[in-house]
Amino acid sequence: MATLELKQIKKSFDDTHVIKGVDLEVKDREFVVFVGPSGCGKSTLMRMIAGLESATSGDILIDGQRMNEVGPSDRGLAMVFQSYALYPHMTVEDNMGFSMRLAGVAKDKRREKVLEAARILELEPLLDRKPKALSGGQRQRVAIGRAIVRNPSIFLFDEPLSNLDAALRVQMRIELAKLHEELDATMIYVTHDQIEAMTMADKIVVLQGGEVEQVGSPMELYHHPRNRFVAGFIGSPKMNFIDVELVSSDAEGSTIRLPGGETRAVPIDGAGLAGGAALELGVRPEHLELSDQGPLEGRIQVLERLGGQTSLYVQMGDNLLTIMADGDVAYRVNDSVRFGFSPDRAHLFDTEGLSLSKLHRHPLASLRRQDNRAPTDTVSQ
Amino acid sequence: MTTTRTKLMTGVAAPGRQRSALTEALLNRRLWLGVLGWTVAIVIFFPIFWMVLTGFKTEAEAIAEPSLIFSPTLDSYAEVQSRAGYAKFAINSVVVAFGSTLLALLIAIPSAYSMAFLPTKRTKGTLLWMLSTKMLPPVGVLVPIYLLFRDVGLLDTRTGLIIVYTLMNLPIVVWMLYTFFKDMPKDILEAGRMDGAGTLQEVLYLLLPLTLPGIASTGLLAVILSWNEAFWSLNLTSSQAAPLTAYIASFSSPEGLFWAKLSAASTMAIAPILVFGWLTQKQMVRGLTFGAVK
Amino acid sequence: MNKTRTSGRTIGGLRTLSLQAPAVSLLFLWMIVPLAMTVWFSLQRYNLLMPGMTGFAGLENYEYLFTDPALWSAMGTTLLMVGWVLAITVVGGTLLAVLFQQEFMGQGIARVLAISPFFVMPTVSALVWKNMMMHPANGVLSWVAESLGLPAVDWFSSLPLTSIIIIVSWQWLPFALLILLTAMQSLDEDQVEAARMDGAGPIAIFFFITLPHLKRAISVVIMIEMIFLLTIFAEIFVTTSGGPGLATTNLAYLIYIRALLDFDVGMASAGGVVAIILANIVAIFLVRMVAKNLES
Repeated sequence: MATLELKQIKKSFDDTHVIKGVDLEVKDREFVVFVGPSGCGKSTLMRMIAGLESATSGDILIDGQRMNEVGPSDRGLAMVFQSYALYPHMTVEDNMGFSMRLAGVAKDKRREKVLEAARILELEPLLDRKPKALSGGQRQRVAIGRAIVRNPSIFLFDEPLSNLDAALRVQMRIELAKLHEELDATMIYVTHDQIEAMTMADKIVVLQGGEVEQVGSPMELYHHPRNRFVAGFIGSPKMNFIDVELVSSDAEGSTIRLPGGETRAVPIDGAGLAGGAALELGVRPEHLELSDQGPLEGRIQVLERLGGQTSLYVQMGDNLLTIMADGDVAYRVNDSVRFGFSPDRAHLFDTEGLSLSKLHRHPLASLRRQDNRAPTDTVSQ
Repeated sequence: MTTTRTKLMTGVAAPGRQRSALTEALLNRRLWLGVLGWTVAIVIFFPIFWMVLTGFKTEAEAIAEPSLIFSPTLDSYAEVQSRAGYAKFAINSVVVAFGSTLLALLIAIPSAYSMAFLPTKRTKGTLLWMLSTKMLPPVGVLVPIYLLFRDVGLLDTRTGLIIVYTLMNLPIVVWMLYTFFKDMPKDILEAGRMDGAGTLQEVLYLLLPLTLPGIASTGLLAVILSWNEAFWSLNLTSSQAAPLTAYIASFSSPEGLFWAKLSAASTMAIAPILVFGWLTQKQMVRGLTFGAVK
Repeated sequence: MNKTRTSGRTIGGLRTLSLQAPAVSLLFLWMIVPLAMTVWFSLQRYNLLMPGMTGFAGLENYEYLFTDPALWSAMGTTLLMVGWVLAITVVGGTLLAVLFQQEFMGQGIARVLAISPFFVMPTVSALVWKNMMMHPANGVLSWVAESLGLPAVDWFSSLPLTSIIIIVSWQWLPFALLILLTAMQSLDEDQVEAARMDGAGPIAIFFFITLPHLKRAISVVIMIEMIFLLTIFAEIFVTTSGGPGLATTNLAYLIYIRALLDFDVGMASAGGVVAIILANIVAIFLVRMVAKNLES
């Protein structure tokens, strides 16, 4: 049982402001992912929660208690490091039991708890090995085991999968999700990989330049990004951006003029903007549709056939757009293609990069990960 | 039967012959490099080898025409050992070298720890300043140290020499430990802190066991430098605290021209250090160049 | 909130201070007290043999020192020793490093043999060379010369400075070898192979790849050797005692003569100040270089 609350957390090193005032609430048993490009402050934020770094100002509350002055080991947290940070001179068992040894827990009690964690993680046969005799995935498990043994109220994961190869990463992702259910603990997870964020999180916190860009469920970020940065960062391949002009707007939505001159109506609130305003249209690659009647036209520069899908890189004016098309499309490089998009899938951004709000909320936007399994009570934002 | 065998043989020999043209050139090159390398090594090592050899000769053989053929004797060793002097000098060397090294490590470890793991803006400056004290030539300060030691009664004492060697080696020891500590992943100490380790436990359970090889080679380098130091030992000691460097120097007087005994004593004096040096050559480079060459 | 920050920082600062205090304060004393005393003594009339004659001398000691032909001879000798030993050890060390970098049978052992002289205490190496190698009648070198039909050389009386240079080079060549060999091991093999693909032969590789790679290590070797070589002492002490005449008296030995044989504290201190200044000229460059390295 643990909640975490950050209130106006700031951190500066000398004159560099790394975290510029973050507010956040993490509910009990929530899986929260901090995601952002490198240098966005996500790791620093986690290290401040862990107590490895002091906050320059602001409050860190765990279960409502201010923790700023409490030492890292007394906050009821456990952390899994990016490098795993296993103690190389100790066996797996000693690694997992070190915190209890420091706390003066009796030997058989220690062993009992280590064995329990080892069973969950299938580490039993490895207990007598030293870290260097383990594979990357096994080391990762030991690092998690060391955290489990401490029985923390909150788990912290600092890019735990970044040192694993792609196949193992997928497997560990699934295992971590399972672990979250099994342990029923609050977890905070830092990553730069938006796929990890999308697949595991109940709530994603997108950070950039030391500030929170948006907090929300994965589907909310995907369908209702607050700004151009989140729109571009969440989703792969990246969203396409096209310069357009607002023609008019009313209660039914807005009409925009696309490059090439055709106009389209989209269900987005353009109130307050004058006709002729410059906007950016955002459409995800998977939402651009090839069609001979499409309003947009471009020339194929590169074509990547993945079998089931084909990525087309299409030059349109100054923009290189990405289109995810069917695996069997018959186009070739240098072919000219026409394409369009469904108005529901369009996003509009003003010159400041902020999203214009959509008239309809996407039905899945408030879905939480647990909701994938069974119907639950009404969702929270 | 015969044909099959021939076929089999050619079948084996053909790729073998192809390989041999390449490998032969390589082998030839290696052979010549080997001859050259070993010749150079032997020429460089020769004086040491000759000294060890002379130690097993009689005094008459030692000054006779150089020869590799003689009946080895331990007489010189026995004589050097039995003369009351040698043991005293050797003990002085051991006490001074190890004493000063332990002291230097004791003072340097906390300092290097804080520089590596709690760096401030001043850390770099402090490190460089420490290095610069090493640049002060001993002759430059010989006079005041001599007079100070004379006035407080430290002349010709092991304590005096330990003090000088500790301070002489302190910058190198701090530097070496600093570079070893710096190499230790910070994550591990942080994991320890998350697990509830305080500073002392962090140092005892994590830092020391993990950097033990580095600490050991730092210590060995300090022992080597103290053991071989000759400027201070010749100038600050005479009879009571003189270590082996000074003892060997006493053979330079004309009446001390006993080559076999000199050789035996020298062999004993350098043997342990030579082994230490061989063991730690790689890590020593760091200490000797203040981390500029790794 | 602000209070937290300041207190946090002070506690950290205090912790750092208390951990570093012993090392820093001891080294500070070790540096500043003798340094100040040397400078002070160098301005005093102070001879242990003439207890009555004391007092402020101004720059008198320096005047005497700089008009003393012995100083200039000692400076010249110092420069010659440093220069020759540096040339021999750096050039030789580089070549040996290239040689011992190659693969051949027992290269590990050969390498160990070649670096051994560095671990031999200076008094031992000086005496072994003086007695067993360079002895005019019974030394190995004269025996070799004789067997080749050449006249035997009385090294220490006819070539005193050369003899010292040989001994010191023998001690420091392994140092250069050890450092340069280590530096060479960090040379990227891919680079060498790329050069070979580009058609570079062994000599071109040495000059265009190896030598530039070793540049920093070589300058480190030069500077460290310089600091030690400026004050060679034990080798002279046990072989020539600075003679014949002043032929092998370097600055360090001159100061020793003035201080502990002539008991002229003032003069010796003035010499010490000169030695410190000389060493510092070298040291500035070395410290700069290490500082640069510290940043990367």
